[in-house]
Amino acid sequence: MSDLLSITDLRVTFATDSGPVDAVSGVSLGLKKGEILAIVGESGSGKSVTSKSVLRMLPETSTVTGTVMLNGQNVVDLTREQLRQVRGSDAAMVFQEPSTALNPVFPIGWQISEGLRAHKVDGKRISKKAARQKAIAMLENVGIPDASQRIDYFPHQFSGGQKQRIVIAAALALAPKLIIADEPTTALDVTVQAEILQLLRDCRDNLGASILLITHNMGVVADLADKVAVMLNGKLVEVGDVNQIFANPQHEYTKKLLNAVPKIGGTRRLDYKPQASSPLVVAQNLVIEYPGRLNTPAFKAVNDVSFEIQAGEVLGLVGESGSGKTTIGRAIAGLTRSTGGSLRVVGQEMVGFRERKFKKYRKEIGFVFQDPASSFNPLLTIEQCIAEPLLIHSRELGEAKIKERVAFLLDAVQLPNAAAERFPHELSGGQRQRASLARALALKPSLVIADEPTSALDVSVQAKVLDLFAEIQKEFNFASLFITHDLAVVDQVADRLLVLYKGQLVEEGKTKTVLSNPQHPYTQRLLASHPIPDPQKQAIHRQKLIRLISES
Amino acid sequence: MRNFLWRIPPFKQLKMSFGVQRLMLAVGLVIVSIFVLMAALAPLIAPYGFAQLQYENGEYFGAQEPPNPNHLLGTTVGGFDVLSRVIWGTQTALMVIIVAVIMSIFIGVILGLISGYLGGWVDRVLVLVADAVYAFPSLLLAIALSIVISGGRSGLFTGILAAALSITVIFIPQYFRAVRAETLRIKQEAYVESARVLGAGNLRIMFRHIFRNATRTLPLIFTLNASEAILTLAGLGFLGFGIDPTMGAEWGYDLNRSVSDVSAGIWWTSIFPGLAIVLVVLGNTLVGESLNDLADPRLRARQSVEVAGDE
Repeated sequence: MSDLLSITDLRVTFATDSGPVDAVSGVSLGLKKGEILAIVGESGSGKSVTSKSVLRMLPETSTVTGTVMLNGQNVVDLTREQLRQVRGSDAAMVFQEPSTALNPVFPIGWQISEGLRAHKVDGKRISKKAARQKAIAMLENVGIPDASQRIDYFPHQFSGGQKQRIVIAAALALAPKLIIADEPTTALDVTVQAEILQLLRDCRDNLGASILLITHNMGVVADLADKVAVMLNGKLVEVGDVNQIFANPQHEYTKKLLNAVPKIGGTRRLDYKPQASSPLVVAQNLVIEYPGRLNTPAFKAVNDVSFEIQAGEVLGLVGESGSGKTTIGRAIAGLTRSTGGSLRVVGQEMVGFRERKFKKYRKEIGFVFQDPASSFNPLLTIEQCIAEPLLIHSRELGEAKIKERVAFLLDAVQLPNAAAERFPHELSGGQRQRASLARALALKPSLVIADEPTSALDVSVQAKVLDLFAEIQKEFNFASLFITHDLAVVDQVADRLLVLYKGQLVEEGKTKTVLSNPQHPYTQRLLASHPIPDPQKQAIHRQKLIRLISES
Repeated sequence: MRNFLWRIPPFKQLKMSFGVQRLMLAVGLVIVSIFVLMAALAPLIAPYGFAQLQYENGEYFGAQEPPNPNHLLGTTVGGFDVLSRVIWGTQTALMVIIVAVIMSIFIGVILGLISGYLGGWVDRVLVLVADAVYAFPSLLLAIALSIVISGGRSGLFTGILAAALSITVIFIPQYFRAVRAETLRIKQEAYVESARVLGAGNLRIMFRHIFRNATRTLPLIFTLNASEAILTLAGLGFLGFGIDPTMGAEWGYDLNRSVSDVSAGIWWTSIFPGLAIVLVVLGNTLVGESLNDLADPRLRARQSVEVAGDE
């Protein structure tokens, strides 16, 4: 049987200011009907460009050669009009960020029927009424309750997971034979991710659609894919059956990639040695409210949370988006005002604090931000950025001493000396996050707040940054609040764990205990939703989640 | 030196531009350079002074003389040499642009930074004032200001200052808004937050972290405003609120004086000052628009890698 999609020697070149750049160089792939092929690779590997070239959704600056046979037609040679016919009916796309893939000013039903009405069936356009009926049916298919009423709702009235369901419904509207899902769950929480993956699996099982899945998450691959293609620098390094890739990877890069994936219950990077001293942070019945507008009550982002951070301890804080975990981190750093209860940071009360009084204690706190690309002033060199805290708090050191200290810090985070003169955009993501750590450590703080420090990084880079974090934690022995949504990451570094759900602390304890024997139903569901990067174990793991959901 | 030249703003963009965009930018740059050169070398190029009525031997030029070897572009109704006044006019225009735009950049940028960064009632009041100035017809404001400053008619420097100040008032809200919007955006950036976590003071954050990042778009507004400044100056001159002809050459005034000539078939008195205004405005706009397009990677055309196989 011939393949539904077959890509032969695909090359995509982009014209940039610094000359042509090959994004994809010579990729050949095949996808059969009803099959799920995952393309994995790190950022810049060309996986997204490959998937976009199937529908020729590339910018005008690109040049495509090779053939992309989709359902018997070569997409590369199609005219605009033919291409328009292919889009939506032969293949459809599910985007990464559901909140931007839907137009906020139109009701969702309109957006689903737009695709239906753009294509003629038997030379006739579908009527408005029929399109609406079809859209309702599609919404029911993807599990949106009360579809006949909610079809007139606007995108903002749905949650992130529901929006992604709607995007999938729109993609399915014309019963395409191929669904291209470009990082469909990356922007979603892990419990929602599990639901969307289940929905995509249903699309294949019940509708017989093939899926081209683009992802960097090996857990997602293990959960969904039949076949895996590994890309590196625009080239295909390995293609194979999912079980073979995970159990017996052939290429060095695939092995490296799989090794870098953090697993729950894997090797720990840090061990905590208790110290006898008073806790650095004490939160008692902490409440953080965001003021409401007229007629809307204040929003309680954090509600009645109590915890302590001991000196030299790494405390993990996990939760989904909106759980209040970042808010707590920001409150400790004095970026967000605490409104109730008590929060004492290095002995200072943060409820109703004054910046002027708190300023001298700021050198006790280092902060590592989530996105290293945006946390550096783009116009300052790395050296200037790292010297900032020293210039603010210890100007008396003098220029030479500060320079020396910056060099020492760069060395501590394993950045070459040459990086000092570079600008942030000239460093890679991992290097920037190292520099970010160096900046946080500049004043020898006793507490480092790390807000999702590795979630913007590729897995192999993430592994190296975590290694570094563990190493310098041992060396400098700071306490840390490690905020993350990734249970596997927190398992590697945190000694104790707090689980937040909707602003409340639902579980607290030793990381090992919590992850091996979760007590609260939410923690159980969180853990069961976390995909295991091994297809066979994941199949069993998935059953556990299904059982959990049916029980509740 | 050569490498350095290619790195400063308009030339850097000229190098990375391509096709029609490059042509537009190049034409704009050529016009603007001629304009600036002419202003700088006016005493050397211009055959006569801008207020000169007689030859060295005391003989008068004569009014409304058609173009002839002595007066390549003829003379005006007041008996001035048209060519000389067009050339000297570049000096006035350039000075007005420089004074007006520099003043409005300084004031606008500082107010924008303060307003965007501090927020609260300071921001509200400043935005309200800026909006009010925006809503005011600009030429009317310029006239009112020129009357206040110089009693309506004046010498070269008070005239330039009057024109420049009135233009400044109109332009401040533009810079104010651009910088305020950028400041509001940059205030949320992680690197500003990280400076706050470090305990940096407000002034340090404003000037070290926000200022340079917020002012990147200003060269674009600058070039576009320069042409608007010339038009306002010409408008003032045309309405009779500009610079006295014996104090400085000014195209708007010359156009005003030539209105009655047009119906009499005397074309040379109006065409050349008018053309000068059009060309300088065109040159500035071309540079501004091209810089604007080139600054945005989505609008920037690039040379394709090879002849594309499709389309």
